[in-house]
Amino acid sequence: MTSHRLPTGGRLDRSRRVEFSFDGKALHGHPGDTLASALLANGQRLMARSFKYHRPRGVITAGSAEPNALMTIGREGRTEPNTRATMAELYQWLEANSQNRWPSLDQDIGALNGLLSRFLGAGFYYKTFMWPASFWEKVYEPIIRRAAGLGRATTLQDPDRYEKTWAHCDLLVIGGGAAGLAAALTAARAGASVVLADEGMELGGGMLSDPASWPQLAEILAELATLGVRLLPRTTVFGWYDGNVFGAVERVQKHLAVPSPDAPIERLWRIAARQAVLASGAEERPMVFAGNDIPGIMTASATASYLHRQAVAPGKRTAILTQGPAGFTLAAQMEALGLEVAALVSLGNGPAWQGKAPLIRGIPGKAIGGKSLKSLQIEGGPRIEADAIAMSGGFSPVIHLACHRGARPVWSDARHAFLAPSEQDGLLIAGAAAGLSGHAACLGDGAARAAAALARIGLRAEPAFGPAPEDAVAQAPLGELGKTKAKKFVDYQNDVHAKDLTLAAAEGYADAELAKRYTTSGMATDQGKLGNINAAAILAKARGTTIAAVGLTTFRPFYTPVSFGALAGTSRGHDFQPTRLSPLHGWAKTLGAEFVETGLWLRSAWFPRAGETGWRQSVDREVLTVRRAAGLCDVSTLGKIEIFGTDAAEFLNRIYCNGFAKLPVGRARYGLMLREDGFIYDDGTTSRLATDHFYMTTTTALAAGVMTHLEFCAQALWPDLDVRIASATDQWAQMAIAGPMARQILQRIVEADLSNEAFPFMAAREVPLKGGIMGRLFRISFSGELAYELAVPAGYGEAVADAIMAAGAPEGICAYGAEALAVLRIEKGHVTHAEINGTVVPADLGMGKMVSPVKPDFIGKHLLHREGLTDPQRPQLVGVVPLDPATPLRTGSHVLAKGAAATLENDQGYLTSTAHSPHLGHSIALALVAGGSQRHGEEVVVWDGLNDAAIPARLTSPVFIDPKNEKLHA
Amino acid sequence: MASLIPCPHCGPRPKEEFTVRGAVLPRPAADAPVEEWQAHVYLRENPRGDYAEHWHHSGGCRRWLVVKRNTATHAVHSVTDAAEGRP
Repeated sequence: MTSHRLPTGGRLDRSRRVEFSFDGKALHGHPGDTLASALLANGQRLMARSFKYHRPRGVITAGSAEPNALMTIGREGRTEPNTRATMAELYQWLEANSQNRWPSLDQDIGALNGLLSRFLGAGFYYKTFMWPASFWEKVYEPIIRRAAGLGRATTLQDPDRYEKTWAHCDLLVIGGGAAGLAAALTAARAGASVVLADEGMELGGGMLSDPASWPQLAEILAELATLGVRLLPRTTVFGWYDGNVFGAVERVQKHLAVPSPDAPIERLWRIAARQAVLASGAEERPMVFAGNDIPGIMTASATASYLHRQAVAPGKRTAILTQGPAGFTLAAQMEALGLEVAALVSLGNGPAWQGKAPLIRGIPGKAIGGKSLKSLQIEGGPRIEADAIAMSGGFSPVIHLACHRGARPVWSDARHAFLAPSEQDGLLIAGAAAGLSGHAACLGDGAARAAAALARIGLRAEPAFGPAPEDAVAQAPLGELGKTKAKKFVDYQNDVHAKDLTLAAAEGYADAELAKRYTTSGMATDQGKLGNINAAAILAKARGTTIAAVGLTTFRPFYTPVSFGALAGTSRGHDFQPTRLSPLHGWAKTLGAEFVETGLWLRSAWFPRAGETGWRQSVDREVLTVRRAAGLCDVSTLGKIEIFGTDAAEFLNRIYCNGFAKLPVGRARYGLMLREDGFIYDDGTTSRLATDHFYMTTTTALAAGVMTHLEFCAQALWPDLDVRIASATDQWAQMAIAGPMARQILQRIVEADLSNEAFPFMAAREVPLKGGIMGRLFRISFSGELAYELAVPAGYGEAVADAIMAAGAPEGICAYGAEALAVLRIEKGHVTHAEINGTVVPADLGMGKMVSPVKPDFIGKHLLHREGLTDPQRPQLVGVVPLDPATPLRTGSHVLAKGAAATLENDQGYLTSTAHSPHLGHSIALALVAGGSQRHGEEVVVWDGLNDAAIPARLTSPVFIDPKNEKLHA
Repeated sequence: MASLIPCPHCGPRPKEEFTVRGAVLPRPAADAPVEEWQAHVYLRENPRGDYAEHWHHSGGCRRWLVVKRNTATHAVHSVTDAAEGRP
């Protein structure tokens, strides 16, 4: 392996060595190298195996369009497959590995696919794997999937963090080449706020490959910095979206050996720009000739970039193929550096040539070589010994972003290229992206475009550079070259060659979009950046029409691949969504609670005590303690909404299906909230604390939904009502104190008479607590026991809970969690969203009489009485008990008539909630069963398909304890 | 959809702060025939072109807004408070 690094030159820091490895081989480069340039400098031209034929491939570009040199870099959780070596900056101890090869890059068994290539042409999958149909899933797809793809993603956790941010500016400049720099300078001098983003590691674009322009580049960059322009190198603007918002990803630390934990590895920008200038440059077109993929062959601009930026020579003897003047310029530069140019092959009109290399007028016939180029056969001409080829087939403006919002590329006969509409709302195109050539012309155009863009938003700017002539004439795309039938690659990344496209055309898929799908040309990470123009030329010839008529496939975001990490930002793992903690969380934790996730909330589920070996033991104890003495449960997660206004009562009257207008001050009422289609939306108690002040509670699950619903009703439906609504869920710590001893315990901390006469069932009012704070006390019960709910300002929650626990110690009060709460409410036949599941109306739950027959209007009134919603055979709430008390019932089991087969037709309903009732000593369930309210006492079968069980059971009343509500009113 | 929505109360804000409910439909009168209610609840136009929708500035001022926009061009013509112009 020989070094191709020139002894001098380049934008490298030669004083520092950067060690790295490729396929385990230790190599070194310098700061300023990309992985691709460092590999080339080390003589490592073979960098990859191609996707389909496993052909040896080297690097073909020096930028983001690179289709070949894809490798896996990094290790462990930082392993990143399919990284373009041209975009990866070298850092100390970088590990790179080639892909899609076995056992090694050099000796790859998969290359046998090349021998089968006559069977692997366009449409191969579609034709070959048609029959038998059953083979597709079991045989073909697994095999194809194993063979497909390049790198392998790691399954380890990504150790780095990512972030998202916004930027707002007068002018966004996309691309930091001559046009972009001039645009940014023009705008910044005029006082505009400017963001300049460029995908490269250094700003300068094409100027970086032209040492003569380096002093000017340095001057411009210095002035931009002093003018406060936000310079974003390593930042790819990947999409243009509605509202002139651009998406960009900044690779903040991808180039560092040890990323700092104090900064993100990548940052996703959303840039809201009043105006933008697209100065994304142009892509050099490869030439389509036999063997055009042999390592050693690259574009002329890539050759120039490696030569000038990293002082890497493409080879010992370089043949230059050029359609326009670009190759002549490169040839002269190489000879000036003392490099040997084997031949300068001109396919069109070039300028006069005075160099040493022989000038040949002709076209390439065939490149010869295996893992490295050996020679080039000129069609009908000489064979040139060369180990490198630099090819220039003209330029295609990079117009992707300008077409992301629906604009179609338009063919320009003058520019021999597809151009985007040059003036769109919010976006102008400048420089090489508009088809211009030469730094001077691009500087002038960028300056003029920036001034024009700012004029659109009323800012005056003086162009920083004047107009200047271009340095080249545009060249037409060449299409396929040479007569040989050998493979001439159009799309390197997908191994699509010219014959695939002519075959597609012959088989009726000549439309650009169809040909893409039939051949895969223009797919994958490079999205046809290099190949599409040649594909269009080949299809045009095959169809006997023009390139303009063939057109290009649609450009869509993203311009280049964006990591999932950047798109996810901070929303991953624990931070995927917020965690809400109750004001009593610390209290529950101190008591050793086990917690359960309920939506965003962590709720205390049960409170294990020493000696208890399973959750059921704890829950049974908690339930029995509540039934016999008292318990305290955190119910702070319930939605709490304050409703104020002179029309608050009328508002609630329209919101709930039952009446609220006449609810007295100091009383609570259970309410059912319907949807406009008549089905129950949510339930809860609402208390009237003053004539114009109500306190509503909702279920935990729908707290946010109910708030939104109330706001909609108040603002959009009835803005004439005087009502104001505020969410107070987080402001109040709320606890249920339930059980026969609840009153006497509570009385010890409340400075108000809690006797049944003074504070009866459904009383609700503010009460002073001992110690001086005010609380809101409600005599309501979810458990079926004598019970209260006490709300105190959130900050006092834990202190009040501790006080109640201490006060109740003589009675043996216990903390109980969400599990015991669920058992208690099932025993009492109270419903939750397990029953209120969007398919039930009040009558289904036995609450039909709650629905006000007199109110003229409320949400849900008008469709509630439709046929079907009044059918007596609708599923209705019932209780279910097993005939054998030892048999547990399981939620989700279906109810069948005795002796009926388990079929859909025989299904009579299902169990919505089940629990072991420690009070009754057996399993109980709530169920929605057809006509269930009239079937209490009937024997049925509970069919549990998951466990293949058919359990004899009886339908009962859904109220298993205290059917006469004596406990409630005690 | 437009990336920035001009909230009449908060100014231009990212669309992620908003929640879309659907078409702006006047609620039928309380004594309207059931067919009218049926249509109100279940039937929706799906126009290609101008459309008025209720949007909630759920991550901002929590006001309900009427957003008039074009479903084909994504242009937002106007954003007003839902209570505006109502009794």
